[in-house]
Amino acid sequence: MPLRQQIVTIFIAAAIFILILELIRRRKLLEEYAWLWLMTGFSIIVLTIWRDALIKITHLIGAVAPQSTVFFFAVIFLILICLQFSIKVSNLTNQVKNLAQELAILKSEIQLKKQA
Amino acid sequence: MHSDTLITIPAYNEERTILKVVALTKKLYPDIDIVVINDGSIDGTTEMAEKAGAIVLSHPFNMGYGVTLQTGYKYAIRNNYTYLVQMDGDGQHDPESVKTMLPLIKGGSFDVVLGCRFSDTSVYKMSIFRSIGMKVFRFFLYVLSGQKISDITSGFQAMNKRVLSLFVSDVFPSDYPDADVILLLSKNGFKIGEVPVAMYPNLYGKSMHSNPLNVVYYVFKMFLSMLITKIRT
Repeated sequence: MPLRQQIVTIFIAAAIFILILELIRRRKLLEEYAWLWLMTGFSIIVLTIWRDALIKITHLIGAVAPQSTVFFFAVIFLILICLQFSIKVSNLTNQVKNLAQELAILKSEIQLKKQA
Repeated sequence: MHSDTLITIPAYNEERTILKVVALTKKLYPDIDIVVINDGSIDGTTEMAEKAGAIVLSHPFNMGYGVTLQTGYKYAIRNNYTYLVQMDGDGQHDPESVKTMLPLIKGGSFDVVLGCRFSDTSVYKMSIFRSIGMKVFRFFLYVLSGQKISDITSGFQAMNKRVLSLFVSDVFPSDYPDADVILLLSKNGFKIGEVPVAMYPNLYGKSMHSNPLNVVYYVFKMFLSMLITKIRT
């Protein structure tokens, strides 16, 4: 990897890393969602600096170019993020359902008490 | 002190039929409490149901048929009812049939009784595609549970408190509870019965089966839901 490419990659990864930490600090992002992003930013920095590791992983998964390895893991990362969001959305849907049902029952109880 | 039985009627934009359904049910069963669960209707369903003398539970927004049914189950459990009958608010289900269904539950013959629409007295007709779909799921249900149920999509049901206790939990499906619920009941050892009931065509409402995308989703979801129900511990 040329030096210029290495510098740009490290710069972008560090910027993502700092952005995520800042979002957590401002309570705009929960730690629960941040760990996968932080892990990814950290991995990009490590693989950019430690080039041998990227080449070894490339051989290990049977890829030809190190760039393919990076794209391969990027896709896996996006799938995992989507899966994490789907799990969370499922939980939230269930919670909204329970709240709406509770609200409907409580409203009717209040109305009956008022009428009585 | 209320009666031991509750009739629940899920309703979504049923202002044209709900008054008649509730009034007729109330006339036939004056001692049984009737609850209409309004699933976020944007018409006068609530007003009509209240006018007919029903208790109305209103969802803040539309949440689907399964959630609406479950709200009725939760209400029944919270208010300590022993038996529940559910029937649709669009006038398809004949309240007279409750007389046939309820004694089978109260007598302990079954835990759940399904109102079967394929009887001599029923004027209900379904499309060829729906008929084929029903046969496929019926067979699938038989393979997975050994249960021979002729009307697996019937929403006209009567049940006891033991079944209600299961249905208020998160295992109850929220979108289209049909054959997967029968499988769930069978897996939990409940006795399921079927009685022929009079059923009429839906005159005003639009069936969810009229949208091809809904049908594709339904078929996929139902197969998945049945398989998951089967392998879930």
